[in-house]
Amino acid sequence: MDGIHDMGGMQGWGRVSIDPNEPVFAEPWEAKAFAFGALSARLSGGNLDAMRHAIDRQHPYDYLVDGYYGRWLGCVETQLVDTGVLASGAVEARARKLRGENVTEPAATEPHKPDYQPTAGGSLRTIESEPRFKVGDPVRAKTSANAGHSRLPRYTRGHTGTVVTIQPAQVLPDTHAHFVAENAQHVYAVSFPSTVLWGPDAEDFTLTIDMYDDYLEPA
Amino acid sequence: MTAIPHAADRPGPAQRTEALESLLLERGLIDPKVIDGLINRYVNDVGPMNGAKVVAKAWSDPEYKARLMEDGTKAIGEFGFAGPQGEFIRVVENSASVHNVVVCTLCSCYPWPVLGLPPAWYKDPAYRARIVREPRTVLAEMGLTLSPKTEVKVWDSSSEVRYFVLPERPAGTAQMTEEELAAIVTRDAMVGVGVVHA
Repeated sequence: MDGIHDMGGMQGWGRVSIDPNEPVFAEPWEAKAFAFGALSARLSGGNLDAMRHAIDRQHPYDYLVDGYYGRWLGCVETQLVDTGVLASGAVEARARKLRGENVTEPAATEPHKPDYQPTAGGSLRTIESEPRFKVGDPVRAKTSANAGHSRLPRYTRGHTGTVVTIQPAQVLPDTHAHFVAENAQHVYAVSFPSTVLWGPDAEDFTLTIDMYDDYLEPA
Repeated sequence: MTAIPHAADRPGPAQRTEALESLLLERGLIDPKVIDGLINRYVNDVGPMNGAKVVAKAWSDPEYKARLMEDGTKAIGEFGFAGPQGEFIRVVENSASVHNVVVCTLCSCYPWPVLGLPPAWYKDPAYRARIVREPRTVLAEMGLTLSPKTEVKVWDSSSEVRYFVLPERPAGTAQMTEEELAAIVTRDAMVGVGVVHA
């Protein structure tokens, strides 16, 4: 999906600065949100790609305002509500109740976790087929991404790059996030000259990004 | 028109986290010991000090460096560093002529087993948006001005491959032990937004 998360190349953000003394978690709730996020696939019967898709689906306003661990908190709630582990609105109602408001909490829902079992742990898979492309091949990124989960950033779409490495084969996030299929396939590191992505006045550099086989066509 | 998608008095993240915890505990879905263990692990045990040991060994032991460049995941695993976000780690080497820098534009993927959880700047929209478009400018803002002759390579972590930068060993460190070297290696140098100074 073409969401707020797809930030590569957006302008207007201002400077990047480093705080050399920042703690791992700025506030105690961030640590808890991290832990719940790390357990969220287990709690909702999902997987890492479904978790990322739940982050991508946070409202653009929330995505920016809540910050990184706020997004984790939001994605845990999204995954738990999606699978009926929690009722929609349950978290906000409980939060209001805890701060002393007189609210009626929504009735508990019946969990309906996805009917899904991974074929193995993690995201890497061994597949039989030969890679469609070899190192040195010119390839073009497709011009549009799936309506659902995708890891094909806008800034690469339609551009032609060169395969520089054949990466390990992996499950396809696009179908895996939706529990449709693992669709394990070859992944290629593809390099683009900066001028291909950003025009003739671009700074001089090379951008390399991993592309799933589904995202590419021969150029 | 677009409106803020919440009531003005919506509970903040601290309150919502407490609420979520309360709901999960009530249903018996989480074990506080597991939660505390996870937090403790990433606050105390997993962090850039892991990656620094890998770098120091690669600088000190050419055979280890060869293994690290050949199969990063396996060589890093020799230290026992493994786990989430470390399923496949590829090491890219910085030198006097080549500078690698890592980003994840779509979320904030980061090689946790060697660097821990990502710092604020890595997750900042400004970094995610700009480092793939004007890396030399962004690096200069972050304190690293590169020569126009230095080749810049930006790696966007869009699959489950995680990138780890092997910084250039600074001059004047020939007599240092592995332990002393590990102490000067910084997180920022292992992401590629800094270099190591003696």
